Amino acid sequence: MSNNIVLKRGLDLPVNGAAALKTSKTVAADVVAIKPTDFRGCTLRLLVREGDKVLAGSPVLADKKCPDIIFASPVSGTVAEIVRGDRRKLLAVLIKADAQNEAIDFGKKNVSGMKADEIKEQLLKGGVWPFIVQRPYGILADPTVQPKAIFISAFSTAPLAADLEYTLGAEVENIQTAVDALAKLTAGGVHVCTNSASSKFSALKGVKAHVVEGKHPAGNVGVQISNISPIMKGDTVWTVSLQGAAAIGKLLNTGKLDLTRKIAITGPRANDPAYVEALPGTAMSEFACFAAQGESDIRWVSGDILTGTAVGANGYLGFFDNQVTLLSEGNYYEMLGWAKPARPKLHSFARTYFSWLCPKKKYDMDTNTHGGVRPFVLSDVYSKVLPMDIYPVYLCKACLSNNIDDMEKFGIYEVLPEDLALCEYVDPSKIEIQSIIADGIALMLKEMA
Amino acid sequence: MAPTFSEGGKLGFLHSTFDAFETFAFVPNTTTKKGSHVRDCNDIKRVMIMVVLALVPAMLFGMYNVGLQHSAAFGLDWGFGQMFWYGLLKVAPLFIVSYLVGLAIEFTGAQLRGHELTEGYLVTGFLIPLIVPVDVPLWMLAIAVAFAVIFGKEVFGGTGMNIWNPALLTRAFLFFSYPSKMSGDTVWTGGLSKFLAKGHCFQGSDSLVDGFSGATPLANLGSATPDCGWFTDMFVGTIPGAVGETSVIAILLGAAILIWTGVASWKIMVSSIAGGLLIGYLGYWGGATELPGYYQLVMGGFMFGTVFMATDPVTSAQTECGKWIYGFLIGALAVVVRLWNPGYPEGMMLAILLLNTFAPLIDHCVITRSIAKKAKKAKVNA
Repeated sequence: MSNNIVLKRGLDLPVNGAAALKTSKTVAADVVAIKPTDFRGCTLRLLVREGDKVLAGSPVLADKKCPDIIFASPVSGTVAEIVRGDRRKLLAVLIKADAQNEAIDFGKKNVSGMKADEIKEQLLKGGVWPFIVQRPYGILADPTVQPKAIFISAFSTAPLAADLEYTLGAEVENIQTAVDALAKLTAGGVHVCTNSASSKFSALKGVKAHVVEGKHPAGNVGVQISNISPIMKGDTVWTVSLQGAAAIGKLLNTGKLDLTRKIAITGPRANDPAYVEALPGTAMSEFACFAAQGESDIRWVSGDILTGTAVGANGYLGFFDNQVTLLSEGNYYEMLGWAKPARPKLHSFARTYFSWLCPKKKYDMDTNTHGGVRPFVLSDVYSKVLPMDIYPVYLCKACLSNNIDDMEKFGIYEVLPEDLALCEYVDPSKIEIQSIIADGIALMLKEMA
Repeated sequence: MAPTFSEGGKLGFLHSTFDAFETFAFVPNTTTKKGSHVRDCNDIKRVMIMVVLALVPAMLFGMYNVGLQHSAAFGLDWGFGQMFWYGLLKVAPLFIVSYLVGLAIEFTGAQLRGHELTEGYLVTGFLIPLIVPVDVPLWMLAIAVAFAVIFGKEVFGGTGMNIWNPALLTRAFLFFSYPSKMSGDTVWTGGLSKFLAKGHCFQGSDSLVDGFSGATPLANLGSATPDCGWFTDMFVGTIPGAVGETSVIAILLGAAILIWTGVASWKIMVSSIAGGLLIGYLGYWGGATELPGYYQLVMGGFMFGTVFMATDPVTSAQTECGKWIYGFLIGALAVVVRLWNPGYPEGMMLAILLLNTFAPLIDHCVITRSIAKKAKKAKVNA
């Protein structure tokens, strides 16, 4: 079955600093971090103490609610530090890598002969289960449920996103294994969305293939689900990133946990942006060679500039991220900025400026908000960049007023904050839409538990 | 200077006021804290200034027309410059009063709540002088502005929260409180009120021209017959009326700016015109008026209301489908009031205020329907 979906609404952010298709270095990690903050809506339990020896694949953290879900160390070494924040909140477990890089052998598997339970057990044990994200709410998948379907987006449209054909083109075999395994966990099949029929990932067998064309957020799996089979109340759907599928496949094929990935170092402040090979949890300091020396006003974002996390120059790469973006802090005043006839150095989706005259131009975007926060005034700018059948302003207002009935009605089950990131970008009222949606989801999790 | 005004500083209690001036002069240095790390450079100030820009042609023409009507009424032999100068002198006080009173209340409101001042009044304050008769006494205008800003906007929480268009509320307040200054034949020509009261006018002349009526085209609606020259006058705007509403050409220029920049909804404009045309022609065919339907579009405040008032993004319908319904009903109702209501010659203001009230209901119906449709589709697919 093949479907063609063309999404007309959306916006590809014209940012400078796309990574050249070359791998400029391989980072042999010194210290890697496992950060509970990378995972939404869960409380984690610590399984190790400072000084413990771990191998690649050893459990380090486990979910409190479902202790079978473990978070494994990506390297072998020693637990160097357990970082806690306010009220002893667990922020990160730092593991100092050793030179041997030994991995636990979970045993090679032949997926075709395995039952669903065996596959689940293997994925849980091997520490790749956290790659499976459950919708609604974007939380860790519950191994006891059978999802309606599983969705994988095989392309990314996020600003400066890593080119998945480049980073994972060599992993098609592993991804195929993962897809075969995941297909046994659902009755609804595994849906794979590519952006063209000639994609390397169109060759995957045993999947429900879709071709989705359009600007960002066409590559967001949430948008794809919404256009293929919207999540209604009571539905459960799982999503897996292509990166995650590759890791799952590799675990099944080799028996070892190997999370090494190609990471795009991008952004207007990145020198000679390119790819590097590294592990999730790698310290940003390993990428310091991409930033100009001695400059302090750079924001280090793990992920893309719409949805990523500002981790700082001393932070660590997120579990799901395959991109680092470097951009300037925009803490400057601009005299009469809003009253100037044109601001050629800034981008605007709106026609009140003249960016639309140069559609090919790329901009050195920074973090200035370009205005103060106001109540919602315009009503139609948001849907222009949101190819989903929902009412974003109404949804936000429902979230702000903690009105669960309205949140359900306006589509809280279908969205994650990342799907509305572009709405936040174009919003002239500068409202923190992603944060509002995240709070709404947190409330739903609390009330619906 | 900033520390003096920041919270805890010597003049900390004025920090809202300071912020307002500071952000007016400089785009602030705030950076993104949560969510998207980059933001579009479009902000509400820019959106509002676009509306003001779109209003400028109507304002300039309005000033000229005030002089034109005055000189025509008193038989003065004025050139363009003199007419414009007279109009400027008559209209500028309206702007000054509108902004002074409105902004004073907005500043106080922001200060009391400790909020940043919002830009909404930039537009409201510009709209008000354009929709009142030029001779309206300034104290009346001040009271009306105060009423509209306090009870039409601030009590709801300021820009973005109001139910009715504040500029139209000003006009409605004047209309119902001081009808003698807001309707009839003699209020639309600058200097006429003074002349009627004291027997002399601005300068030079001390008598009206013979046969002067000063009536707006709407006042003659019942007896008027189609006339090509008259239509052109109304289209160009050289007729008596509120300051900014007479020239369809100037308003269309503004409409082009609003539609091009995407600040106002073209759907509301188009559907309002469609509604007005439909009822206009129904009235024409049914014998309520001698004028073909398209005359309704160029008379009175129809175009001004359609382009600048009905499309106020805060008080109009929010859903795309709702906008069609909302606009259509405004156009239709406005002409219904004109043709079948003997009490009020103009229906635009009342139509918009009524539909402002019903806009949330329209949206509610549209959304309920769309959600039901989606659920049904999902059921079929499942």
